[in-house]
Amino acid sequence: MEDAARALLAEAEQAVSAAGTDLKALEALRVRILGRKGELTALFKALGQVDAERRPAMGKILNEVKTRLEALLEEAIQRAKEQATREGERLDITAPGRRPLRGRLHPITQTAMEIAAIFNRLGFETVEGPEVELDYYNFEALNIPKDHPARDMQDTFYVSEDVVLRTHTSPLQVRTMERKKPPIKVIAPGKAYRCDSDVTHSPMFHQVEGLMVGRGVSFGDLKGVLTVFVHQMFGPDVGLRFRPSFFPFTEPSAEVDIQCVICKGSGCRVCSQSGWLEILGSGMVDPEVFKMVGYDPEEVTGFAFGMGIERIAMLKYGINDLRLFFENDLRFLRQF
Amino acid sequence: MIVSGAWLRDYVTLTMDMEQLAQRLTMVGLEVEAVGKPYAYLQTVVVGEVTAVEPHPKADKLKICRVQDGRSERRIVCGAPNVAAGLRVPLALPGTSLPSGMGVHETVIRGELSQGMLCSQKELNLGDDASGLWILPIDAPVGTPLAVYLDLEDVILDVSVTPNRGDCLSMVGMAREAAAICGTSVRYPRIVVEETGPPIDSLASVTLEDPVGCPRYAARLIQGVRIGPSPEWMKRRLEAAGIRSINNVVDVTNYVLLELGQPLHAFDYDRLREGRIVVRRAVSGERFATLDGVERSLFDDTLLICDGKGPVAIAGIMGGLESEITPTTTRVLIESAYFQPECIRRSSRKLGLRTESSYRFERGVDPEGVLRAADRAAQLMIELAGGSVAKGRIDAYPVPIPRPTIVLRVPKVNEFLGMDLSLESMAGVLEALEMDVETMDAETLRVTPPSFRPDITREVDLAEEVARLTGYDKVPVTHAQVPLYSDPVDPHAAARQELKRVLEAVGFYEVLTYSFTSERALGSLQLPDDDPRLRPVRLLNPLSEEQAVMRTSLLPGLLQTARLNLDRGNTDLRLFELSKVFLPRQGELLPREDHHLAGVLAGRRDPRAVYGSEDPVDYSDVKGVVEEILSSCWLDESEVRFSHDALPVYCDPRCAASLWVKGMVVGSLGRLHPDVREAFDLKRDIYYFELDFEKLFALRNPHPGFVPLPKFPSVTRDLALIVEGTLPVADPLAFIRSLPEPLVESVTVFDLYRGKPLADHQKGVGYRIVYRAADRNLTDEEVNALHQRITDQVLKAFGATLR
Repeated sequence: MEDAARALLAEAEQAVSAAGTDLKALEALRVRILGRKGELTALFKALGQVDAERRPAMGKILNEVKTRLEALLEEAIQRAKEQATREGERLDITAPGRRPLRGRLHPITQTAMEIAAIFNRLGFETVEGPEVELDYYNFEALNIPKDHPARDMQDTFYVSEDVVLRTHTSPLQVRTMERKKPPIKVIAPGKAYRCDSDVTHSPMFHQVEGLMVGRGVSFGDLKGVLTVFVHQMFGPDVGLRFRPSFFPFTEPSAEVDIQCVICKGSGCRVCSQSGWLEILGSGMVDPEVFKMVGYDPEEVTGFAFGMGIERIAMLKYGINDLRLFFENDLRFLRQF
Repeated sequence: MIVSGAWLRDYVTLTMDMEQLAQRLTMVGLEVEAVGKPYAYLQTVVVGEVTAVEPHPKADKLKICRVQDGRSERRIVCGAPNVAAGLRVPLALPGTSLPSGMGVHETVIRGELSQGMLCSQKELNLGDDASGLWILPIDAPVGTPLAVYLDLEDVILDVSVTPNRGDCLSMVGMAREAAAICGTSVRYPRIVVEETGPPIDSLASVTLEDPVGCPRYAARLIQGVRIGPSPEWMKRRLEAAGIRSINNVVDVTNYVLLELGQPLHAFDYDRLREGRIVVRRAVSGERFATLDGVERSLFDDTLLICDGKGPVAIAGIMGGLESEITPTTTRVLIESAYFQPECIRRSSRKLGLRTESSYRFERGVDPEGVLRAADRAAQLMIELAGGSVAKGRIDAYPVPIPRPTIVLRVPKVNEFLGMDLSLESMAGVLEALEMDVETMDAETLRVTPPSFRPDITREVDLAEEVARLTGYDKVPVTHAQVPLYSDPVDPHAAARQELKRVLEAVGFYEVLTYSFTSERALGSLQLPDDDPRLRPVRLLNPLSEEQAVMRTSLLPGLLQTARLNLDRGNTDLRLFELSKVFLPRQGELLPREDHHLAGVLAGRRDPRAVYGSEDPVDYSDVKGVVEEILSSCWLDESEVRFSHDALPVYCDPRCAASLWVKGMVVGSLGRLHPDVREAFDLKRDIYYFELDFEKLFALRNPHPGFVPLPKFPSVTRDLALIVEGTLPVADPLAFIRSLPEPLVESVTVFDLYRGKPLADHQKGVGYRIVYRAADRNLTDEEVNALHQRITDQVLKAFGATLR
């Protein structure tokens, strides 16, 4: 029996060496020797027929052989596995991934969300209002009476003598102040309409209005909020300037220009060589507007601003044609 | 407003060049949109002297000239008939770009070198003469650029003047701002009128029947004028501002308009019947022929200038054909008036007639500048057209227009602006703008703005003037301190945003289409005549019929978008829009504005390369999307029903469903009706969904709350049935769910089959039932018995057999 065991060991050593890194052959070898019906298992079973005296010694020998065989096979299999992992044929990892189908939100929506997020962080609440609007809210209450030249600043779609498509989101200033008492901090994103259509004008477009009213709100505070906005929207190093302008519902009024995002201020075609790009209008709420909503301009002051979302999106993404936003060509939408 | 630098310098000393002035004007609120040098091309056109002329060997009409350009002699081939040695003529050097767009280069003409071009007046855009070279005076210095020689180095600013600054619509007005910027003062034109004629009162009179519309009307009368052309300098100034030169008298009125901002009108006095001027309102329907040759029907609020018999001008807007200045005019009545801005604007708008004159009147001219303008015009007319000015002026001004006095509280203005300016510096700014400033006490000023600034009536207006001239950049950036409080988020807006995110996540692209559409597009939905969606909000002034009404459905816009994309080769579409539709409300001025959510699907279900397939989308795709929307609203399957009832006409009834939530229709989904598809020129099957977001929002559930995870395993059994093909698979499902079996945790459809070996009218449906007890392991025996019981009931209830 001892001989048989030693022979088995020798044979196994030879077989393992012959199998090399053939994992299948090694596995088969293990089953042939160490399996339930394996050759070594058979020797262990035969141990029962051995003299009781010699049995412990034989058992010890068999166990030694078993330990060696196990180690031998284990090591060979491990080596074979390692080689297989290392040298086996590899998958073509350049084949395309199986991407889940997903869509995209319209770039105007995304830009509006980004703008809103900045102001929401500053504590401005989002409000909304009607797009078909009373002349009163769109004009009269904003200090733009019927026979005022400021009406020329906006080409208006009329539904009737008293009803218009809102030409800006500014009616929300009045609607909000009618509804709430100061302090007020709101933004109002939404659609607006003007009867004008060419490369730089769309009859429908999107704006975000902003309004802050409270005690002691100053022009400096307006500069503060809009400076934070510009730096978060366009980058902390982008320069901006406040330029006097005119809106009937703010006094003083300011237009905000940012350093041209294309040429960084040195002058190019996009900024008409000026180095500056106009991005929004703003100003201190005119006392006449406060009077319309029953606020006392001696008690409270405030500022308002309004910006075109298309304009911001065009600057942010370098889009050169406003009409692309409303054509909704998939090849355009996929880019955002 | 076009501002010529050369002209501006007549009235103000500038301490900076025009480029810098342009920057500064922009920063005080007069945005300079363009800085132009209209004669820049004359920098490389010099005075040349022709020293010799020889014939061209190969061309009879051409000559070879030797021309001195001030530095050297050039050979130039020239075809002008009047070229001759000794002449001084304009020489365009190579590199010049002529106004016609033609570039001058060194070139070879018929074999001869030509190093420049000799020019006519016309070629330089300095006159109409194109017959030959422009012969310059013999003392013109050779080699001098023409721009320098002709004093045409002017810089032109195109200034965008906001509607509140009517006072800046003149050269003097711009000079005032420039003076305030430069710290200099305005040199107003010196006006001296020599009155040598008879008293004006003996010849003319003015009656104001409407002193509200016309608070002030002044007149001057000149006799013995000779109508003729204006001098070049005046023509050039008018034309640079875009005003055509007519004759010396009319040009003077326009010149004074540009110079002082006061619109004037010149009447042929001999055409004014009875020598009278009457200012009154028109009678509705009254007809009048204006200078432009158009006969117009007037409104009852149109202000008219009349003579003793009838209208001679529409006040502040345009004169009449009958009384205009003609070549034979000898006596001129100059009108200089102040009309109520609102009145002029209303008339101008109603008549659709905008003029330089109405543009200024509706912005408010200087009521105290009326006489000065009349005098200035009289002065210039006798200078240019001769004649004598009648003694005196007519000045009908019954109620002088008051100038406000405004109290400026220095601390209040500082607090408002967030600045810390001294009383003195505020006073300094206001005085530079020609305001009368009086110091009341250490913190208070009393300010009277000049009559040409009607926009300044309140303390806040003064604050703006202080801020804009001090510079907005001097206002420190501050951060407001406010109470830490917020209203809750608007759930409607939040729900919309959430739905957009859901659709994005399931592969849909958001589109934004115009809110307006056409009645034709709405009609293409084939709605019945009484459908309210066929009665949209109409625009009074649409850009086109395609955008004439507010949409009552999102579908037309989506279908047009689908069409555009398919036409452009984007074949696989999953588009949605969540926007408003507009429905008129009885007895309300404003329509209802409801949000709808709609989408379209077309093309392949899975267009992915390699892993995708060519299978087209079908009803199950659009239903799946709707189910996803419903589950994001936490609606349970039991609260939702897909039905054949109440289908809209634009769906294909064979392959569409109405969607019911908690017993209410909230929309529909399915395949578009072939007729509708064709009406939108779509050549492929389109699947759509259209949901009333307002209803969905109202019917949505809050999050149902957490359900603890089960502690014991479940047992799954399938039930494969053969049923009639027409039996909705939902029926057995609902039946099983309705059974009083607490151990049934869930039932789903897991397999659908049609075809062999089943008969044509049959289908196979597999249901998967999951059994679970909350408190123990179920035994096989228990589940088998239960499943058998359910199976028996289902078979019986639906006449089904086991597959």
